[in-house]
Amino acid sequence: MSINPGVVSQRSAIRATEATDLEELGEAAAEIQGRSPWQLAWARLRQDRVAIGSSVVIILITLAAILAPLIARLVGHGLGDQYPYTALNGYGLPVGPSRTFLFGADDLGRDVLVRVAYGARVSLIAGVVASGLAVIVGGVVGMVAGYFGTVVDTALSRFMDVILSFPLLLFAIALVSIVGPSLGVTILVIAFFSWAVVGRIIRGQTLSLREKEFVEAARSLGASDLRIMFVDILPNLVAPLLVYTTLLIPASIVFEATLSFLGLGVVPPTPSWGNMLSDAEAYYKVAWWFIIFPGGALLLTTLAFNLLGDSVRDALDPRYARLFKA
Amino acid sequence: MVAFIVRRALFGILVLWIISVVVFVMFFVAPHDVARLLAGRQANAAEIEAIRRNLGLNRPILDQYISWVSKLVHGDLGYSYRGSVPVRDLLASRLPVTASLAFGAAILWLLIGVGAGVLAAVRPRKLADRVVTFAALFFYSMPTFLLGLLLLYFAFYKLYTAGLPLFPGGGYVNFTENPIGWTDHLILPWFTLALVTAAVYSRLTRATMLDALGEDYIRTARSKGISEWRVIFRHALRSALTPVVTQFGIDLGALLGGAIVTENVFGLPGLGQLAVQSIFDQNLPVIIGIVVVASLFIVVANMGVDLVYAFLDPRVRLT
Repeated sequence: MSINPGVVSQRSAIRATEATDLEELGEAAAEIQGRSPWQLAWARLRQDRVAIGSSVVIILITLAAILAPLIARLVGHGLGDQYPYTALNGYGLPVGPSRTFLFGADDLGRDVLVRVAYGARVSLIAGVVASGLAVIVGGVVGMVAGYFGTVVDTALSRFMDVILSFPLLLFAIALVSIVGPSLGVTILVIAFFSWAVVGRIIRGQTLSLREKEFVEAARSLGASDLRIMFVDILPNLVAPLLVYTTLLIPASIVFEATLSFLGLGVVPPTPSWGNMLSDAEAYYKVAWWFIIFPGGALLLTTLAFNLLGDSVRDALDPRYARLFKA
Repeated sequence: MVAFIVRRALFGILVLWIISVVVFVMFFVAPHDVARLLAGRQANAAEIEAIRRNLGLNRPILDQYISWVSKLVHGDLGYSYRGSVPVRDLLASRLPVTASLAFGAAILWLLIGVGAGVLAAVRPRKLADRVVTFAALFFYSMPTFLLGLLLLYFAFYKLYTAGLPLFPGGGYVNFTENPIGWTDHLILPWFTLALVTAAVYSRLTRATMLDALGEDYIRTARSKGISEWRVIFRHALRSALTPVVTQFGIDLGALLGGAIVTENVFGLPGLGQLAVQSIFDQNLPVIIGIVVVASLFIVVANMGVDLVYAFLDPRVRLT
C-alpha cells in the first residue's frame, strides 16, 4: 500500500542520468519542478486509495448532515413527527425497514433514517468543534511551554500531567451533573479533557524547533518572542497539528456519543447517535434496526476519520510509523 | 531507585491534592446553591438554611475545604440521600463488581493486545498481520457501548433464540456464591471492555516488536541456536514491553471510564452504574465519593505502573 513519494521527479531523474547528450540533460533538468512539502504530501494523499475512500465516506456523511431536512422531505417524514398507525404494529412495537421506513421506525414511531441524518449534525459538530478547540488550546499551551522552557515549562507540563491523570469520563459526567447536559457543555468537556494530549506533543516539538538555526536567526534580527513563536515556529507545527485534529475528531465523536448514551450529552428529542442507541438499548431484542443504523453510522464515521488521520500522517511525514497499515 | 520512588510518590500526592481542590470547587464553590440542590425542590427557606448550617456552608471557604479534606482522609464520605446509608459502605458494596470487571478486562486486553501484536510482528505483511491490522482498526473505532449492545444482540439474544443460551443477557453473580455464574455473567462485559483497548496494544506491540526483532542482539541470540520461540518471548518481547507498560498506565483512566459504560449496558451493579444513577438522582455525596475513590485508585495505580516501568527499564530511574 505504500506509495512512492516522488514518482514523477524520480522518473525525470532516471531519464536525466540516461541522457548522454548535454542538451538533453538540460531539457530534462528543466522538466524537474521544485515542489513544496505540501505539494508532495498532497500528491501522496491523492494516490492513497484508503485516504480517498475515507474522504468520500466523510463527505457523504457531511452531506447527509447538511441535507437532513431534504432527506426528511424526500421520505415525507418530519424530524419530530410520530406515525403511530404506520410505524408501530398492533402490539405498539416499531416496524422494521420497509419501503416507507427505509431504516425502520423507533419506539415512538419516528423515522430512524431521518433521525440518523439529523444525528450526523450533532456528531460532526461535536467532533470538529471539540477537537478544534482542543488543538488550539493544546497548541498554544504546548508552544508556550516548549518555547519559554524553565519554570514556565515545568509548571505547564506538570499541569498537563495532572489533567492526563484524571479519570476523564468520570469527571466529565460529574461536571455534567452540576451544569446540566447540553451540546455546548459536551463540547467544552471533551475539549477540556483532550487538549493536554496535544499540548504534550507540541511542547516536545517546540522544544527541538527552538534550538534550530532559523529561530536563532530570527532572534538576532530582533524578532519578538511572539513573532518567533507564531511566524517562525508555528508553520513547522502545522503538520502534527493537522494530524492530531484528524485523529481527535473520531475520539471526540465517540466521547459525545458515549455521554449522550449515558443520558448526559445531547438531550432528547434532539437526535444524536448516542441517545438513539440509548433508546435502542431497551428494544434491541425486537428492533435490530434501531441499533444497526445509528450504530453503523457512528462506526462508519469514526472508522473513516481514523483511516483518514492515518493517511494524512503518512502523507505529511512518511517517517511516522503507520498506526493501522502494514 | 529510592529517590525515584520518593519523587513519584510526591507527584502522586500533588495530583491527589489538586484533584481534591478541583472536586471541592466543582461541587461546593461553583456558582450554584449546594444547600438548595441538596434540599430538593419542595424545601422551604428554613430547611435550606438548616442544611446550609449543617454542612457548614456559611463558614469561610478555606475552613470548609480543610474540614472536608480532613473528613476524606479519615474515610468519612458522608451519607447517601437514598436511605441515608454511609457513602463508604455503599461504595464498598459496589466495589467488588467494578473490580471484577476491570481486572478481568485488563488481563484480557493485555493478553489479546500483546498476543495479536506479537503474532503480527513475527509475520509482517502476511495474512495474520493483515487480519490483526484490520481488527485493530475496527475495534479502535468502535465505541465501547456500541460493542456492548452488539454483543448483547448477537452473542446473547441471537444465540438464545437459536437455542444456544451460552451467555446471560446481563446481571451479576457474586464470585463467592457461584464462581461459574460469576465468570458466565462477566464474559461479555470483559470482552466489551477489553477489545476496544486491545486494539491500541496490538499496534503498539507490533511496532515495538518489529524494532526489537531488528536489533543485533536478536541476531546474536538466533546465531547461538536458541529456539525461535525463546528468541521471541524471552529476548525480543521483554524490551518490546516497556512502551506497553507506559500505555497501560495511561489507559487506567480509560479502563474506569469504559467500566462505567459497560456496567450500564450489561446492568452490572458496580460503581459506574451507581455513578450514573446518582447523577440522575442528584445524589451529590455519592457522586463526590465515587470521583474521589476513582481518582485515588488511578493515582495509586499509576504510581504502581511507574515502578514496574522503572524496574523494566533502568534508565527511567535516572530522569
